[in-house]
Amino acid sequence: MQAHLRQVEGEGAGIATVESRNVRKRFGEVRAVDGVDLVTREGEFLVLLGPSGCGKTTLLRMIAGLEQPSSGEILIGGQVVNDLPPRARKIAMVFQSYALYPHMTVFKNIAFPLKAQGVAKEEIPKKVAWATGLFGIGHLLERKPRQLSGGERQRVALARAVVREPAVFLLDEPLSNLDAQLRTSARDELQQFQRRIGITTIYVTHDQIEAMGLGDRIAVMQGGRVRQLGTPAEVYGEPADTFVAGFLGSPPMNIVEAAADRLVGFRPEHFLPREVHDGSGALVALGFRVTRVEYLGADRLLYGVLEDKFPGAKVIARLPSTVTLPYEGGRRYEFAVPEKELRFFDRTSGLRTVSRPV
Amino acid sequence: MSARPAMAALLDSPRWLGVLMIAPAVLYIVLVVGLPFVLAILYAFSGVTMGSRTIEFVGFKNFISVLETTKFQTSLRNTFVFALVAQVLVMVLGTVLAMALLKDFRGKWLVRLLILLPWVAPISLGTIGWLWILDSTYSVINWTLEALGLIGADGWFMWLGVPYLAMGSVITIHVWRILPLATVILLAGLTSIPHDIHDAAQVDGASFWRHLFQITLPLIRPIMLVAGLFGLVFAFTDMIVIFVLTRGGPYDTTQVLASLAFFTGIQAGDLAEGAAIALFLFPLLLAVAVAFLRVARRAEVT
Repeated sequence: MQAHLRQVEGEGAGIATVESRNVRKRFGEVRAVDGVDLVTREGEFLVLLGPSGCGKTTLLRMIAGLEQPSSGEILIGGQVVNDLPPRARKIAMVFQSYALYPHMTVFKNIAFPLKAQGVAKEEIPKKVAWATGLFGIGHLLERKPRQLSGGERQRVALARAVVREPAVFLLDEPLSNLDAQLRTSARDELQQFQRRIGITTIYVTHDQIEAMGLGDRIAVMQGGRVRQLGTPAEVYGEPADTFVAGFLGSPPMNIVEAAADRLVGFRPEHFLPREVHDGSGALVALGFRVTRVEYLGADRLLYGVLEDKFPGAKVIARLPSTVTLPYEGGRRYEFAVPEKELRFFDRTSGLRTVSRPV
Repeated sequence: MSARPAMAALLDSPRWLGVLMIAPAVLYIVLVVGLPFVLAILYAFSGVTMGSRTIEFVGFKNFISVLETTKFQTSLRNTFVFALVAQVLVMVLGTVLAMALLKDFRGKWLVRLLILLPWVAPISLGTIGWLWILDSTYSVINWTLEALGLIGADGWFMWLGVPYLAMGSVITIHVWRILPLATVILLAGLTSIPHDIHDAAQVDGASFWRHLFQITLPLIRPIMLVAGLFGLVFAFTDMIVIFVLTRGGPYDTTQVLASLAFFTGIQAGDLAEGAAIALFLFPLLLAVAVAFLRVARRAEVT
């Protein structure tokens, strides 16, 4: 197996970067993708994250060659591929539905791209054995897709994608059809696998936990545009605009009006009782009238409104279970946020602005 | 009390409501299909003719005497040629048309309308139209060929008057007529394939032919079998096109069992022999029908 791995890295298709230059896609009046510039790094795990309808899947399908951009260029390995069909792009794709061929056995499913590429007959079983070995599905070769569980189908889909040793790996919500428990372990396996073979990977998801857990970098998309591109820590900690601030995090960042032209945001986990803060760094004190308490096991969520400063603003506090102070609805408590955790946004554009005292 | 509550009670009872609802269909099948079928079996084993007042049974005599005639042997061969060639053409053309109609293009509705038209128009009416189109003196096809300079004035084809041409003509018209149904069935089958599967095949690098023969066709195989077997039974038993266009001629070269049974039993009055001819393919068609039902059920399950 190690030998084969080296083959992928060495003499295989190689590792390529993907670039989109001002790519747009219209469906009639709808601008599905509206000017996206993205460059992946070699071997990077890049996640396209956004709500449904944000254009992330359309962008991925354009990279795959399943859709033609209305304008702009797609480059793979430095070469413009706009006019190349999917098979000439050295890509492999895993679909949300897995799209296994239902009438073929697992072996034939995985061998299909090899046969289509004209790989020598005696080579095919070896390569299939290597790919199935990677995902531990060697015992399923004679089964049909309908005889497999969801997790097994997903592995077959992955094996079918890697067997042809692509230069770029495209994944369209590959975990969304798995149940919650399986998703966690599949996430772990997927990342380990990607690190091992080191293929540039573009991964589409609407699930921020998947995005944060898997991505080297995350491109947060909305309305056909990339709102922010950065590491998980950057997009979470330093959101570029109010959309990113509101989309990431569960519950999302509290955003309140600080002045006529400014909004200020802070994460629920930084909005804590005064006595809980350790006293290092300046605090902004906030009076908090709790309306409702939600107990979630590891955390407690306190819903309520601010008093004194920013009166009437609805906010949420997230207390870890290590904070055992009692809280109940209808009462006022003294809360605070560290000053360095405040994020400021322009009110009209929603874009991040410089920090100012409040 | 009045009849109304009794009627209401009847309609509320799931047991009787079901019986009531299915009764018209059962009645229809018994009277229009079942009764004639039983009569045909009785006649086939008897010596009955038009005008007989009694019925005496003669065993397999009718079948044996029919088998010996060249007319019957020719008709039997013609039936197979007609049904098999027509059905193969229908399946190939139906698949091509259905795949074309799956794509989006301008004027798609017009093409759909034109393809469905033969199915909507009365069959005999459409076939009479073809009778004119293929007429030896007025054939618009011959006229067009001559106008294009492809044939001379003395080279007009006798579309329905020359053995092979006549068979070709009736097969063509039968295909024209059954094609809409096959196309619609196959189109339904093609539409049911998830789009992701086609995308995956494209990404996997399948060429057009590999895609067609290894992905698309295998996936619509159950529905193709349904369409194919249905069309086959239809072609084996139907005689409208042949009756209107050639009446089995010239020299019985387009005579099939269905038309021969009609001409022998009804027009020549030998009911017993006609019934024997009509029943001759029954075992074969029964087998086809059973296969058809089994395939249909399997296609439903998966």
